[in-house]
Amino acid sequence: MEVSSEYAVQMHGIAKRFGAFTALDCVDLDVRKQSVHAILGENGAGKTTLMNILYGLYQSDEGEIYLNGQKASITSPTEAIRHGIGMVHQHFMLIENFTVTENIILGDEVCGAAGILDMNRARQKVMELVERYGFDVDPDAKIEDISVGMQQRVEILKALFRGAEILILDEPTAVLTPQEIDKLLEIMQDLIAGGKTIIIITHKLKEIMRSADECSIIRRGKYMGTVNVAESSEGDLAARMVGRNVNLKVDKTPAHPGDVVLSVKNLTVADERGIEQVRGLNLDVRSGEIVGIAGIDGNGQQELVDAITNLVRTKSGKIRVGSQEVQNTSPRNVLDHAVATIPSDRHRWGLVLPMMVAENTVLERHNEDLFGKGIMLDYDKLHSYTSELIKRYDIRPAGCEQERMSGLSGGNQQKAIIAREVSYVPDVLIAFQPTRGLDVGAIEFVHKTLIAERDRGAAILLVSYELDEVMDVSDTIAVIYHGQIVGTFAQGTVDEEQLGLLMAGGGSQ
Amino acid sequence: MNAIVKFLKRPIASALVAILCGFAVAAVILAVAGYNPFITFGTLIHGSIGTPKYITNVIIKATPILLTGVAVAFAFQTGLFNIGAEGQYILGTICATIVGVTVDLPGPLEVPLVVLAGALGGALLGAFIGFLKAKFGIHEVITSIMCNWIMMYLCNFVVGTDAFHKPNSNTAFPIHTSGYTMILPEWKVSEEGIEYLIAHPLLRDVLLKTDLNLGFLVAVLVAVLVGILLSRTKLGYELRAVGLNKDAARFSGIGVEKSIVTCMCISGAICGLAGALNITGIAPHTISLLKVQEGYGFNGLSVAFIAGCSAIGCIPSSLLFSALIYGGMTVQQVLGVPSEIISIMIGTIVFFTALPSIAPKISAWIERRRSEKESSTPNSTAKEA
Repeated sequence: MEVSSEYAVQMHGIAKRFGAFTALDCVDLDVRKQSVHAILGENGAGKTTLMNILYGLYQSDEGEIYLNGQKASITSPTEAIRHGIGMVHQHFMLIENFTVTENIILGDEVCGAAGILDMNRARQKVMELVERYGFDVDPDAKIEDISVGMQQRVEILKALFRGAEILILDEPTAVLTPQEIDKLLEIMQDLIAGGKTIIIITHKLKEIMRSADECSIIRRGKYMGTVNVAESSEGDLAARMVGRNVNLKVDKTPAHPGDVVLSVKNLTVADERGIEQVRGLNLDVRSGEIVGIAGIDGNGQQELVDAITNLVRTKSGKIRVGSQEVQNTSPRNVLDHAVATIPSDRHRWGLVLPMMVAENTVLERHNEDLFGKGIMLDYDKLHSYTSELIKRYDIRPAGCEQERMSGLSGGNQQKAIIAREVSYVPDVLIAFQPTRGLDVGAIEFVHKTLIAERDRGAAILLVSYELDEVMDVSDTIAVIYHGQIVGTFAQGTVDEEQLGLLMAGGGSQ
Repeated sequence: MNAIVKFLKRPIASALVAILCGFAVAAVILAVAGYNPFITFGTLIHGSIGTPKYITNVIIKATPILLTGVAVAFAFQTGLFNIGAEGQYILGTICATIVGVTVDLPGPLEVPLVVLAGALGGALLGAFIGFLKAKFGIHEVITSIMCNWIMMYLCNFVVGTDAFHKPNSNTAFPIHTSGYTMILPEWKVSEEGIEYLIAHPLLRDVLLKTDLNLGFLVAVLVAVLVGILLSRTKLGYELRAVGLNKDAARFSGIGVEKSIVTCMCISGAICGLAGALNITGIAPHTISLLKVQEGYGFNGLSVAFIAGCSAIGCIPSSLLFSALIYGGMTVQQVLGVPSEIISIMIGTIVFFTALPSIAPKISAWIERRRSEKESSTPNSTAKEA
């Protein structure tokens, strides 16, 4: 494509290698001024690497960058900011106990004479920005007191405050509620109208369809072309991203629920600070049924799962597996009651990353005689057992049983956890954010496995912050708000708007 | 080139690079101080492995630090920093002395009893530190440093009590001779033995002039057992899992608190064993008044880190360490080089082992240089053609 000032950003022939690994191989990107340009790709495809090059965090090995038709060399984030590029990372970089204004000016402080901080003038400048783009943000509120959606707006304000004309948003909707996503998309349109250019990195097809003008696709470091979003479809984008046709709809037959296997009665759980996060929650999960918990992060989901798995003690209430009470016993006891859990944070709870794959796949079962008699652990048996799982669950690279777990990609790490938990043949399977950070292909696999387990007769509790996932996979949808279940629906009897309202604490049943 | 890259990626490379750096820094300091580094290093090597007697002494002196090194390495692999090896070692010597002085049994019973008493003392102290961490979350570094001092003064207290104090000395009574673990202690000073040894100068050097004892064999056995425990048993697997990711271990039903106590208990037992073996194996076979901590525990830290916290690796590492200390004394006697320079050298080696990424970085640098060269070679071969 020709270099022209019609484009805010042009990156031509970008290549980046890390040792022997080619992260980007001759990738092109042409972003029109005043447009929303999406970069779509699976995890590890190289989309974040490409943006890190644009933001000066990495230097490309080959290729050129043009900004507004002028060749630019960006060697550091400072340089990028000077060129009017701002980046909002997936994980916010805000100081919790500073105010919104303090966070926005941090690193670019407004100073009066003798370098003394002029907070009044700083606040005024922030207010100007807030009003110009219709951001609904209180400049004096502390970050810890405002919602995640607002924190994201603070991040965007931070970039605008530094004079950004081109905004890079890395997975901006990952942590937002449906309503907050709507608000973000509105803000994006306002910013475009105000003359800004936006690049969003995402693997969510729906949001691309709703917000972006053009979409560039990267697959395994290779540029797969740019499409005009208006002339494309979700299925088309997914196929281009993965390189094969993907089933976006979850295929499943109606559930045939049996007896209640997991039952939670009047459960109250306090967090470390003594604040009640789960407040008298009731929930039943029957065998052969998937119950999905919809809710915004921080409404007691973590504490609920932690209480069931016995990582924390409950204040009151009962948790029954079958007919036995399991609250306030031990994680081992819960496992012995055939309750398997796919944890939300696989690096923290699910895996011992520096250990071998084979050591991780037996993490809950290493004491069984299957893996060695008496005190000895038989590594040959570990390896052959794991090599079976690797084949059955298509964990890549093939034959990785003696590799370190940290060497596997996120999707394959998750597959290893699922392989481990499912091979436990659980009566109850708790899946907490099972597709977090996974790409379309891997998500399809996870959902299929959950449904297969359901059909085998397991009771499945799915807890997810992705509303689409809960709506697509669950047979019964329960909404959690403020530590209580505020609504229970059979699949198909409720729409996104209704759920979104309940999740945000609006209305009652 | 390939071989170098491959070698640098192995864990042992970090240790060797660190040792080289230690020698290099020491060479510079020696040169600045006006000593010829090559002559000094020559004397150092001769002073540590030049004669059978030297070699024997290096092995004897390696015994306690091999054990404390294994103890520290073991704890480290399970996520704990046992800086209290010193205190556990001292308690080992105290318990061994008390039992060895008060109980008098025939050798085959006395020796295991004395040694077990020392190991048990260390184990209890270690378990106590582990318990405080598991139950109350008190960091093991704080409690174990405190315990180091408590144990030092406990030692002085025991030496001073009427029951144990040997009159007109600053030591306690030595343990009964049936508890000694030297090799052939009576025979080698008997007439018959001396006669035989005069005819065999090599054996004379090794046996008569030193306290050659069974300790090192025990220590090597412990190192091997700990290596197997960590890498081949269910317990070792659990302990490592707790050390590498406490949360995931807890999640998968492993008792994290129990693991912490178990680990500190084992680590303490090994340190206590080191203390007991020094009592049974080396004159004066008792505890003495301590003005400062003896450093067996702290040297164990250095041994463990040079070994990259591998239990087996502690065997060569403790021998090296012991050779440096012992050879350093010769250097001071022969050349007048202050032994502090040897200490600086040891410190430098430990300092560089604390930067474990050095060797992999060098290998990555070589690889990058080569790949750059390769990408430019097509042109040069074209020219040649």
